[in-house]
Amino acid sequence: MGAGHGHRLHFHAHSPLHRAQPHHKLLGLIAFMLVVVATPQDWFGAFAGYALVVLVAVAVSRVPVRYLLKRMVIEVPFVLFAVLIPFVALGPKVEVLGISVSEPGLLAAWGLLAKGTLGVLASLLLAATTEPVDLLEGLRRLRAPDLIVQIMGFMVRYLDVVTAELSRMVTALRSRGCDPRSPKHWPVLARSLGSLFIRSYERGERVHLAMTARGYTGRMPDGLTARSHP
Amino acid sequence: MSSTAQVEVRGLAYAYPDGHQALFGVDLVIAPGERVAMLGPNGAGKTTLVLHLNGILTAGAGTVSIGDLEVVKANHREIRRRVGIVFQDPDDQLFMPTVRQDVAFGPANAGLRGEALEARVTAALEQVGMAEYADRPPHHLSFGQRRRVAVATVLAMEPDVLVLDEPSSNLDPASRRELADILRGLDVTVLMVTHDLPYAWELCPRSVILHEGTIVADGSTTDLLSDADLMAAYRLELPFGFAPGAVSKQP
Repeated sequence: MGAGHGHRLHFHAHSPLHRAQPHHKLLGLIAFMLVVVATPQDWFGAFAGYALVVLVAVAVSRVPVRYLLKRMVIEVPFVLFAVLIPFVALGPKVEVLGISVSEPGLLAAWGLLAKGTLGVLASLLLAATTEPVDLLEGLRRLRAPDLIVQIMGFMVRYLDVVTAELSRMVTALRSRGCDPRSPKHWPVLARSLGSLFIRSYERGERVHLAMTARGYTGRMPDGLTARSHP
Repeated sequence: MSSTAQVEVRGLAYAYPDGHQALFGVDLVIAPGERVAMLGPNGAGKTTLVLHLNGILTAGAGTVSIGDLEVVKANHREIRRRVGIVFQDPDDQLFMPTVRQDVAFGPANAGLRGEALEARVTAALEQVGMAEYADRPPHHLSFGQRRRVAVATVLAMEPDVLVLDEPSSNLDPASRRELADILRGLDVTVLMVTHDLPYAWELCPRSVILHEGTIVADGSTTDLLSDADLMAAYRLELPFGFAPGAVSKQP
């Protein structure tokens, strides 16, 4: 692979999982998630089995567990929601550590937490072992709608450009005494997000102009291979 | 219509849909193989003129021809192959996930596939010295490298006319010189829109000045840049200490 450094979520290594075809990995993830979601919440043994599958996959991929754990913070909002459920749900109550909570709520929270964690971990593993470009190629091979794949391609391409633009704006704000963390300055921050949107919109127009200048007529030409040896 | 012109603009006028008129009858003829700089202050209509050369904007009055083809809707496909525009911000020009895909975009639109496409991409990247970066995502390249890849995306279409919008902007001196070396080595007609007068003087034997939508001067770059009154009249200024003719030109 020519690309020396990948995206934020990608972990560079040479494992069987890294080498696997992206569309196989995608299909695997989708199948795995469907099975996990379809499993009744109280089949605790099955969930232990799923967890084992994911952990074995992580071991095979040689992606450090800490690398994945750090990126699992994305799940925190769901965890908070799961923690709330036993307190607000109805039904028979049970005592846990001296607090009375709803029994079906507890089960629902467990289900959400277990399925969510398995899903996030498996998806992170896919992202860590597959470059974004290859993921797009995989989606294309799975015959995902072309327009969706195109949009995702632009997202991959411009995520860093827009993030860099935002961080320059924040630097400019800070340099003039605005502290983006303080709620007092949130209105300013909101306005700069607005102008970031306008800037990105204008960039979109310029990109379209550049595409038209090179003969784009509304359909992506096929035959654009991402790598020299696909 | 003369048959020898590569670019021929006759009486071109254009007003934007909001009523603002940008061009008031532009006449410009460029011969094959010429390198011409287009100078002029901001808002003079330079970009508007450039966008007429490949039919992105449609002339309100007058005609534009590239070689033997008039720029009209029916010819857009061939015109856009003949005229390659390198826009100012390479991030606008490079929109595909990898350099290879981006350089292939133009020729693929023109119908090239397979090995022929591959060969075209490699050749274009070699012309700008970026062949080993083909599999990189554009956002992992330096600004100068991205500008060079942007030039390659256009060269891959084997254009007759290369139009560059501010090619030297935001480049460090080394990248600026490397790009000049590349441009000098190309066998195409070049129209370069720029504020960088020494760059124009270095690369283009001929210059035109666009001011308020018309061409107000057309001649040898050395003559134009040496004419202090003309320069002052159109808000053109050389960098401090720079005098054309005082430095010997590179071959």
